[in-house]
Amino acid sequence: MGTERKLENRRKFFQTSAALIGGTLMYSLIKPFEAIAQTKEEDISEDKAELPLWGMGVDLESCIGCGKCAEACKIENNVPKEPFYFRTWVEQYTVKNDGEVKIESPNGGIGGLKQSVPDEEIFKSFMVPKLCNHCTKAPCVQACPVGATFISPDGVVLVDETYCIGCSYCIQACPYGARYMNPITKVVDKCTFCYHRITKGLQPACVEVCPTDARIFGNLRDKKSDLVNFLQDNPTQVLKPHLNTHSRVFYNGLSSEVK
Amino acid sequence: MEEHYQHLYQALSQVDGYIYPNEIDLHWGLMIVLYPYITGLVAGAFILASLERVFNIKVLKPTYELALLTALSFLLVATMPLVSHLQSPLRSYEIFMTPNPTSAMAIFGFVYLWYLMVVLLLEIWFDYRRDFVIWSKTSTGFKKFFYKIITLGINDFDEKSAKLDDKLGYFITVLGIPSAFILHGYVGFIFGSVKANPWWSTVLMPVIFLFSAMVSGIALVMVIYMVVSWVRKVKIDMECLDTIAKYLFYILIIDFTLESLDQIHRIYEAEESFDIIEVLVSGKLSITLLIMQVFLGTIIPLGVIGFFQVYKPAEKIRKTAYFFVGIIVLIGIFFMRWNVVIGGQLFSKSLSGFTSFNAVYSGLEGYGMVAVWLILPLLILTFLLWLMPPWKKADIHK
Repeated sequence: MGTERKLENRRKFFQTSAALIGGTLMYSLIKPFEAIAQTKEEDISEDKAELPLWGMGVDLESCIGCGKCAEACKIENNVPKEPFYFRTWVEQYTVKNDGEVKIESPNGGIGGLKQSVPDEEIFKSFMVPKLCNHCTKAPCVQACPVGATFISPDGVVLVDETYCIGCSYCIQACPYGARYMNPITKVVDKCTFCYHRITKGLQPACVEVCPTDARIFGNLRDKKSDLVNFLQDNPTQVLKPHLNTHSRVFYNGLSSEVK
Repeated sequence: MEEHYQHLYQALSQVDGYIYPNEIDLHWGLMIVLYPYITGLVAGAFILASLERVFNIKVLKPTYELALLTALSFLLVATMPLVSHLQSPLRSYEIFMTPNPTSAMAIFGFVYLWYLMVVLLLEIWFDYRRDFVIWSKTSTGFKKFFYKIITLGINDFDEKSAKLDDKLGYFITVLGIPSAFILHGYVGFIFGSVKANPWWSTVLMPVIFLFSAMVSGIALVMVIYMVVSWVRKVKIDMECLDTIAKYLFYILIIDFTLESLDQIHRIYEAEESFDIIEVLVSGKLSITLLIMQVFLGTIIPLGVIGFFQVYKPAEKIRKTAYFFVGIIVLIGIFFMRWNVVIGGQLFSKSLSGFTSFNAVYSGLEGYGMVAVWLILPLLILTFLLWLMPPWKKADIHK
């Protein structure tokens, strides 16, 4: 083996290494820049215009805090019955005369919310049903490292159970506390607007059981839908608007105490 | 499962104020505290090595290879707590197969691989290649076998080849500095980019993570250097140790300034989330943040090493002091990670209440595993030091 042969070998080794390093470097350089652009917004192309765009209105003046919605949701969607897992829940806000705000939601409101503050101390009290806000700019979808959570063409934020790795980053990214880690399936779970029902023309379970029609589900693209009428007739607000998530759950009569 | 529920019922009984019902469980526990801690040690140790190599601070030579091997030992373990915390760990490879380009977490696998395969392994290889060739001729058994394989068939050991190794190694180190910055700055971004969480969401987070990483990595190499010298019964190079401590001092000042700036900014702006964060810091985090992180991990080390900059006591006193300072800095940075990861989940995103963190001792998320993931890299390091002892290397950097 002469010196030349050695040099030849070495040159080859360096060439291969350089190619590998260069390739990896290029990839590593390009990859992070893709992430800078938030590309997970809903794509409203023409072929989707035919599809519905699902949303929900919540009429806070009608909600009586019976918790039937939270209960129906658990039954319909096999949500574990323990009080740590909810796709939807109802919060009871009580503003006292001294300005203190008390918020309660024992067992998500299942079984009905009862007032724990004596009447004479209450300035005002109201109920706020909560659920996934099906954000147009969903922070959870942006955060999921493998793309297991996504926005369906008809505007519903869903989780692919067969794909989720269970890292919980989406739970951290959700400003509304709408996601939980399912202890049985070991993947993240959340409100789907009862996707298995709405795709068959049915209403979500929570809407179906609400005795006072406080939840109005519908197609935001259908100008004749109850939801669009609700939005036209009432001044509505979304939760945490400063986070710019473009939520599709709209509240009527939302008080500033609600977080 | 029952045990898990019991744990949650206990947490439920400890809820203070109002939290969203899904927030009772802390989704990121001790394993996610370890993740930025270990990657930080890697990045910090590497940057210390770069000081010698790239910035030509020759007095740090005794710790150069030691720092690199420390970085490698911890990097090999860095992903284990991450994978073990996943609920569906067998699917973890999906991060490489279909990374979501908008996810701050998805890129970690690539950054990690880049750092391990391209930066650390190559740099160590170029640094040791000539020695592997020489050692492969003089040793026997497993060592001989390992050295033979690891030379990858490139058996030159003349001056010219050593120079080439040196040049390429230098190039990799230069490349490695921004890589170390990316590795840990990026880990900070994973937290800093979560707009839903006001305790995490700060633009300073990547920079704070970077400097705290340097602090912890330098402290770790300082302690390991002392321990290795004691075990080998050789004299500690005091000039080297004083210099490491000096860098630790400067970088700790920058780190402390940045973290203080972050807090002062919060206090002065006093945004919507400030009220709950104030209660968090003065209540649930008072011990881990004010005592462990700030007082023990920052103020005391700054005081001690700062004092040594103006007055140098006897070597023996300095050595003992450096050893303890190194240890408390390492403890302080561990609690810094704790305060970020656990602290950020203790208050509700409704900004109206707190949940509690009840750590367990056993199981994949317990203290037992924390000890395992922190001791394992030290065992790997011991093995690497046996296999490729820096003190037996032929010096080629002169």
